[in-house]
Amino acid sequence: MSRTEAKRILVPNETLANALGADNLARESRARGHEVVRTGGFGLAWLEPMLVIDGEAYGPVHDLDALDAVALGPLDELPALARQQRIVFDRCGRIDPLEYDPSWLLEQLEREPREIIEEIKVSGLRGRGGAGFPAHIKWQTVYDTPAPQKYIVVNADEGDSGTFADRLIMEGDPFRLIEGMLLSGHATGANKGLVYLRSEYPLAAEIFTSAIARASTLGLLETFDIELFIGAGAYICGEETSLLESLEGKRGEVRAKPPVPAIAGLFGQPTLVHNVITLCSAPGILQMGGKAYAGIGSNASTGSSAFQLAGNVKRGGLYELPFGISLRELVEDLGGGTRTGRPLGAVQVGGPLGAYLFERDLDTPLGYEEMAQLGAGIGHGGVVVFDDTVDLVEQAHFAFAFCAHESCGKCTPCRIGAVRGKEAVAALASGEYTEAKLEVIDELCDLMEQTSLCQMGGMTPIPVRSALGEAFSPARRNGNGERP
Amino acid sequence: MRLDDLDYGTPVSANEEQVAVTIDGSRIEVRAGSSIMRAAIEAGIPVPKLCATDSLEAFGSCRLCLVEIEGRRGVYASCTEPVREGMQVRTQSEKIAKLRRGVMELYISDHPLDCLTCSANGDCELQDMAGAVGLREVRYDDGENHLSAAVDDSNPYFSFDPSKCIVCSRCVRACNEVQGTHALTIDGRGFGSVVETGAENFFESECVSCGACVQACPTATLMEKSVIDEGVPDRSVRTTCAYCGVGCSFRAELKGDQVVRMVPDKLGKANHGHSCVKGRFAWGYANHPERVVKPLVRDRITDPWREVSWKEAISEAASRLKAVQAEHGLHAIGAVTSARCTNEEIWTVQKMVRTAFGSNNVDTCARVCHSPTGYGLKQTYGTSAGTQHFDSVLQADTIIVIGANPTDGHPVFASLLKRRLRQGASLVVMDPRRIDLVRSPHIEADAHLPLLPGTNVPMMNAFAHVVVTEGLVDEDFVRERCDPESFEEWREFAARPENAPEVVAEITGVAAADIRDAARLYGSSKNSAIYYGLGVTEHSQGSTMVMAMANLAMATGNIGREGVGVCPLRGQNNVQGSCDMGSFPHELSGYQPIVEASVREKYERAWQVNLLPEPGMRIPNMLDAARGGSFKGIFIQGEDLAQSDPNTQGVEAALGNMDCVIVQDLFLNETAKFAHIFLPGTSFLEKDGTFTNAERRINRVRQVMQPKSGKAEWEAVQDLSAAMGYPMHYQSAEDIMAEVASLTPTFAGVTFDKLDRLGSVQWPCNDAAPEGTPIMHEAQFVRGKGRFMLTDYQPTDERTSRKYPLLLTTGRVLTQYNVGTQTRRTQNIEWLDEDRLEIHPSDAEMRGVRMDDWVSISSRMGEIVLRAEVTTRVAPGVVYTTFHHPSTGTNVVTTDLSDWATNCPEYKVTAVEIRPANHFSAWQEVYQDRNQRQRELLPEE
Repeated sequence: MSRTEAKRILVPNETLANALGADNLARESRARGHEVVRTGGFGLAWLEPMLVIDGEAYGPVHDLDALDAVALGPLDELPALARQQRIVFDRCGRIDPLEYDPSWLLEQLEREPREIIEEIKVSGLRGRGGAGFPAHIKWQTVYDTPAPQKYIVVNADEGDSGTFADRLIMEGDPFRLIEGMLLSGHATGANKGLVYLRSEYPLAAEIFTSAIARASTLGLLETFDIELFIGAGAYICGEETSLLESLEGKRGEVRAKPPVPAIAGLFGQPTLVHNVITLCSAPGILQMGGKAYAGIGSNASTGSSAFQLAGNVKRGGLYELPFGISLRELVEDLGGGTRTGRPLGAVQVGGPLGAYLFERDLDTPLGYEEMAQLGAGIGHGGVVVFDDTVDLVEQAHFAFAFCAHESCGKCTPCRIGAVRGKEAVAALASGEYTEAKLEVIDELCDLMEQTSLCQMGGMTPIPVRSALGEAFSPARRNGNGERP
Repeated sequence: MRLDDLDYGTPVSANEEQVAVTIDGSRIEVRAGSSIMRAAIEAGIPVPKLCATDSLEAFGSCRLCLVEIEGRRGVYASCTEPVREGMQVRTQSEKIAKLRRGVMELYISDHPLDCLTCSANGDCELQDMAGAVGLREVRYDDGENHLSAAVDDSNPYFSFDPSKCIVCSRCVRACNEVQGTHALTIDGRGFGSVVETGAENFFESECVSCGACVQACPTATLMEKSVIDEGVPDRSVRTTCAYCGVGCSFRAELKGDQVVRMVPDKLGKANHGHSCVKGRFAWGYANHPERVVKPLVRDRITDPWREVSWKEAISEAASRLKAVQAEHGLHAIGAVTSARCTNEEIWTVQKMVRTAFGSNNVDTCARVCHSPTGYGLKQTYGTSAGTQHFDSVLQADTIIVIGANPTDGHPVFASLLKRRLRQGASLVVMDPRRIDLVRSPHIEADAHLPLLPGTNVPMMNAFAHVVVTEGLVDEDFVRERCDPESFEEWREFAARPENAPEVVAEITGVAAADIRDAARLYGSSKNSAIYYGLGVTEHSQGSTMVMAMANLAMATGNIGREGVGVCPLRGQNNVQGSCDMGSFPHELSGYQPIVEASVREKYERAWQVNLLPEPGMRIPNMLDAARGGSFKGIFIQGEDLAQSDPNTQGVEAALGNMDCVIVQDLFLNETAKFAHIFLPGTSFLEKDGTFTNAERRINRVRQVMQPKSGKAEWEAVQDLSAAMGYPMHYQSAEDIMAEVASLTPTFAGVTFDKLDRLGSVQWPCNDAAPEGTPIMHEAQFVRGKGRFMLTDYQPTDERTSRKYPLLLTTGRVLTQYNVGTQTRRTQNIEWLDEDRLEIHPSDAEMRGVRMDDWVSISSRMGEIVLRAEVTTRVAPGVVYTTFHHPSTGTNVVTTDLSDWATNCPEYKVTAVEIRPANHFSAWQEVYQDRNQRQRELLPEE
């Protein structure tokens, strides 16, 4: 790139890209007289820092004088982007996050609340935080519950291992979330929204704070108030009722349901609690119409999901894809297989409480029900890849250890069960394998699954069972019953 | 678990609609909104549980109460799952049994296996549940555990052993939901979750030792030390607490005839299973070695005491009293009744005076606390009692607390009040001190009006001014319910410019805008209620202030329904009763005037005597006459005049001038040091009878142990009366109540049988209200139309001056009770072993006083020396102390001034000066000397 020719350069202002030098590139580009636009990231991690100049993408850029060496061709023709169907992330990476034209939103806010809820219903949108609960039922319940005050609460306590979709959108297109909040607030009758953001996302906090100020200047916050709340730092606060407790200034401890938050949530008032991506899906739905949205995806898993590919994988990053794509397409075609080049060992789908899946499972379509058939879930869309050196007993131990570390401590099966599970698997790992021990673990898994107060304890058995099941499967176990 | 308690697991649902469900095949009708657990237990179907208890909201943490619901997958926690019409529930199945055993197995994997030697053995829910679910083995290897966690023994009454904790949070929730102190929390998370106080230990923490946590604990983690020492009790007797006017119901839990612990009764309508540190724990005085249990007699107060038989003591007392009457006349003797005694005991004393003594010289210690309440409410509403029941506060939207410190003085009511505040009600605190209600965890008053002591009346007049000038009068209520003429006069009076907040601000020291805001809050809320204490009554304008509050409530229509009212918080367990029982010089029981011939005739017929129509002497009159030499003999029932009445030196002079002072008490108290005859009394644990609390609730007091003295107090009085020439013929306390009922219209329907059946009743209880009257003045005022009284402000004669520039006001603290006769003889002494003077930092600095320094308080009446506590709880210009310790002599400095209508002493306003001191005051030295000499006069053990 010539020093004399001033260009308009899109440089991501995104945590990962900055860690890889994007800030320096922006500074240097400006110093050279270029117009720099700090955008969000596209989520193509292996290409960061990625610059866009006149529609051409370059990455990973380490030297502004050696751009040609990392020229990727036209942005829109990048295979990793071209194969995506970006509904939530359509603007992300392409825009200055604080530039916003509110005319479409203002138009939407004139619509009848019932009409909006109906669109959401028709769209088949399900919660993207993990549970996959139909969104419209929550909207309708909050709408139907009379109260002096209703709230929209955004769960941005993104804590699943290998996930970053919430951060990407809040850094790259905060107005998408503001749209989602205002639209859901209008539809449900809530006039106050709170975003519970994990404390490890300072850049997202900064950008979102600026976006709130900008929204206010644009006159968008005259009847709706948005507050950013920096999380108190525990995984369990991503569980919606713990999150509400934490927002109320209390210890992040799970509440028993019923009542559900849509009836008695924050400060006992009807509260719509959604993950960032769920709410960010609403604008796209209203834009294309619920019916069109429902046409995307597969079966009861409609629309797109922001899959986040991480771990031992060549091309990790965010892929917004229609539901129904197979795990193999995601991991092998898009992800390019393991980074080490070794054969795939396992894939954990849906965060630390997600199932370990194996080669034989890769052709399963990524849909809520299809995954459930495997005893797995999609969770928040995190997909972590392991090669064949994975120690599955160690992974089972980690699952219990994670639960023990992150349990709020309220219910017995999770508080004590996770520790006893960790100890029992540790015994297995140290070679004390017995059928009896495996049976105790299996019963403990039953207990945690069926009796835990929330999904923290309830889902811990999923990775444990899938990992141990594989580790001690007759096929892998040798004759004397010792671990492989 | 406590003896006899059926725990329904979750609170009763407020929804009165019924729904039908099927549980284990039985069709059950329950209130909508009930938990499945409650429905099952109400129907007699047990459900295992550990974290659920019916005094607390459902929590859902133990996961033992699982049930299956037809048509739904999985298992449900029955505590958090509400019933639905037609629901079919199974509480037992193989699957559930296995899961429950699994949960128990986890619990026991981190629990000591020392059941046989555990203090909760036989009284442990964990043990019961392990049995109920059939746990037979723990298959986990020894792992991480809490078994070596250290015991916290810092609280004098209970022990905290975290190694036995199952982290059910019942203690934390009880502290939050029931007590409202928020002293406990769960610290850490996951397996590291532990109960914490946020301080070094329980004693150092914000814990107020109400014991709700101990009661809630299902294991031996939080356990009464008395149970650790003596074992689990085996029977219980229901009775009533003898401390403050809340009148908490208790079950005294016993082993043989020894009390092991006191457990508040959840059926108690005043306390709903809650208590404070005094009621639950401070009962050990009943067995204190200083208890005097044999009658004592001596000729002169400088003579040693002689232990004598009851017979000799009674005959000695009678002959001395008769001798006094022979020498000085019929009116030279009288009696004082105690608000600490039962209605029946009080009744016999006043009856003895009116029959055997032949005069009306009987007064009650209520004289010195709530007499203005009686007067003021009678003038305006027609009856001498508070208008509400305690639960009414749960419907109040704005609550004004005036001159009361409920978290210290009436802790169990304070917990109820705080519950309402947490639900969102507004609070105005009118008090010279920044009491805890002004700001404490989860509580913040909307307004604190820190008025100067003695300026209540102008403050209330300013409220009235705002109400009448800003259109806040409830015109409909006034038109229908009140006397129009008096209202118009009052309206004109209230509107006068001198009552405007802007003028009153100068007098009270409170900003006009704050007064206006608070008055508007009161005047414009749907339900506004006034709760008040001795900060209202113990002034020279006490009666005026009571009427001013009564006026305000009428003018705003805040009378005659739930959530409103004018509510005195009575200081002592039976202040209400002592007034009701006719122990006033001018009134017979039920406030029937002695001057009315028809009233007298009724009693004369029943008692077969002639009654004098002229009212007798009030306590201050008796003391004046004693000093003057015309009043020479007194019977004092359970009241310590020498410590509790104002101007101690004057009281001492009066007592010292009498020929026959008879004291009936538990201990040789300060007054007894001036006594000639000591009749041993009974503690509440030894009494049979009734107490009437601040809500007019007549509660049964039942005998838990035999009187240590061998005689009920009423028996001793009956004996004395007989020896004086008027025999009474009661066989029991029940007989006495039968006579009370026959002569007292408001008690006409009261019998022990009914009290046993209903638990308690609130008077009036008669044909018109056979089960009692929770709320007064519902359809009309007792006097017909409510009468407005003009409330001109007459400032007290006690003024600050250059010599006495500060105002002293007095009160009490949570752990001590009044003159401390009882609480000082319990471990409550660990919290307050001396009275201290609260002084604002600016006043302290000006005088060179630092924290803990010895200072002298001098007033126009006398001087005492005590240590200073420099604090912003008091405003500049105001100092405060308590009167729990006789050696302090707080009442040496208080004055003889009193309420214009009732002679209630003006304890709350004394002009004083504070100076650093390096030796005790002259009075204190005399006191110490006398104390030493009197001790030496006691009989040898």
